[in-house]
Amino acid sequence: MLNTFMQSRLRGLIVLALILIILPAFLGNPFHYELVTQMAIIAATVVGLNLLVGFAGQISLGHAGFFGLGAYFTGIATGTYGWPSVPALVVGAIVVGFIAWIVGRPILRLKGHYLSMATLAVGFIIAIILNNERALTGGPDGMPVPAFEIFGWELSAFGRYSLFGITIEGFQAWYIFASVVLLVAVWFALNLIESPIGRALRSVHGSEVAASVVGVNTAKYKSLVFVISAIYASLMGSLYAHFQGFITPAVASFEFSILFITMVVLGGMGSTFGVILGAVVLKLLPQVLADFQELEHVMFGLILMLTMIFMPKGLLPTLTAFVSKKMRKKAGGEA
Amino acid sequence: MTALVEVKGLDKAFGGVHAVEGVSFSVEAGQVYSVIGPNGAGKTTLFNLITGLYTPTKGEILLNGESTAKLEPNELAERGMCRTFQQMQICMNMTAIENVMLGRHLQLKSSLFTTLFRLPSLRRNEAAARKRAAELMEYVGCGDYLDAEASAMSYGALKRLEIARALAAEPKVILLDEPAAGLNAVETAALEDLIRKIADQGTTVMLVEHDMKLVMGISDRLLVLNYGRVLAEGTPEEIRQNPDVIAAYLGG
Repeated sequence: MLNTFMQSRLRGLIVLALILIILPAFLGNPFHYELVTQMAIIAATVVGLNLLVGFAGQISLGHAGFFGLGAYFTGIATGTYGWPSVPALVVGAIVVGFIAWIVGRPILRLKGHYLSMATLAVGFIIAIILNNERALTGGPDGMPVPAFEIFGWELSAFGRYSLFGITIEGFQAWYIFASVVLLVAVWFALNLIESPIGRALRSVHGSEVAASVVGVNTAKYKSLVFVISAIYASLMGSLYAHFQGFITPAVASFEFSILFITMVVLGGMGSTFGVILGAVVLKLLPQVLADFQELEHVMFGLILMLTMIFMPKGLLPTLTAFVSKKMRKKAGGEA
Repeated sequence: MTALVEVKGLDKAFGGVHAVEGVSFSVEAGQVYSVIGPNGAGKTTLFNLITGLYTPTKGEILLNGESTAKLEPNELAERGMCRTFQQMQICMNMTAIENVMLGRHLQLKSSLFTTLFRLPSLRRNEAAARKRAAELMEYVGCGDYLDAEASAMSYGALKRLEIARALAAEPKVILLDEPAAGLNAVETAALEDLIRKIADQGTTVMLVEHDMKLVMGISDRLLVLNYGRVLAEGTPEEIRQNPDVIAAYLGG
């Protein structure tokens, strides 16, 4: 039985679910919950970005732009216009997906550094708009966002809920919600990768010429994955806005985009669970290094550089390879 | 009988250099049609033009009577044309069998919704595609590598894998660009059998190859290029006796 489990396509997802279930035993206070909830939301964003960067091999240095757009769409629709949360989230994702499609069509013709520059510019433009449209976004001062609300239920980090006779705090409810969202995001990503569409995406990375001569419309698939990863970012941006209760244009900033990319590279490009690990490590790092806050960006740069040099495949793939090598050696020694 | 592939007055210039100049020929369905010529004669350029990777400077290519002028490589694949490359194009980020399954791309249309929820129809189609890919890998002789990473395979096995991928697309015409390059005598003999098997099953084969023994043995017709121009065209017997070919190429 253990064997069939180990070979199961979804074993990673099951392990992740178990970790998320066990984790609260180690979370002492609301701050811990807040951190882990943020991690889950960011991890889901990065899982989406990894589809674009890790699998299809197209770099985006402006993904925080789409995250920020999602956050602000939700903030403005629910806060200023009083929309319910779910329609705001869905419409926001559709709008951002459409924007990504429009923007992606011309820039995805570019390759390598040129594509990086173009996506960087897209991110900057979005951040500038969010900064300058004071009437709509509140400018650099940011704007408050109402609590997430579903079917008349309000999910607030400061609330208290009773579910089947068990009382849970608002931050715990958010943790559960974010965990479920992360699991669904990962499940979708895994399904996408192991499908004809996923193969076409990976072939764009592996060899665009090979892909095109067997009938893959590479331009179409690049657009598709760009839109999908932007929708991931938008949805998570919306949830992030609700969770934080307050957003500033920093959510769309260049620094945030770089953070996303660093998570992908550190965790392991093209490894769905690797990039989650990347998100966890890079969210934890500022906590661990709280005394050296001014050095945070230096640290990120250093991590990116060292990863590229010493483990170009990323943290999780390198670890897995190391462990399986050790195990093989051990098995060989016993035999 | 109409030609499957017809090339009329094809011209391709890179700057001032005419890599292919005034080339015309036609390939009938079911033939093994080879293009030979010295290095730099324009053979690969000709293949790149036919498969839509290059745009001709002048001239026209017809596939099944339809002009291919505005078609992208993937649209040509939809119309039944597939190829392999002299510089192999294998997706090294995938396993061997995934590379072959990629060849089934056109037969495996599934919606995004079906994909995201991994509905039973997708699972069935994937299982069938995997089975077919495994058969093809067996057929071309790299059945031992099914779940190997492509990056871990030998050169000869990768060459066969590329043919399997092209066959997976069930093409009407398959273009093989120097499939025997870098293969030893045993592997070349196996390749010859394979090409013959492919042709016997009704797939038209176009071949660029330097190995004269291989080419003369399996071709129905040959096209000899020299400096981008057609030097001769005909059956292997005609080519062998053509004085121009003997002078320029066979070194008689």
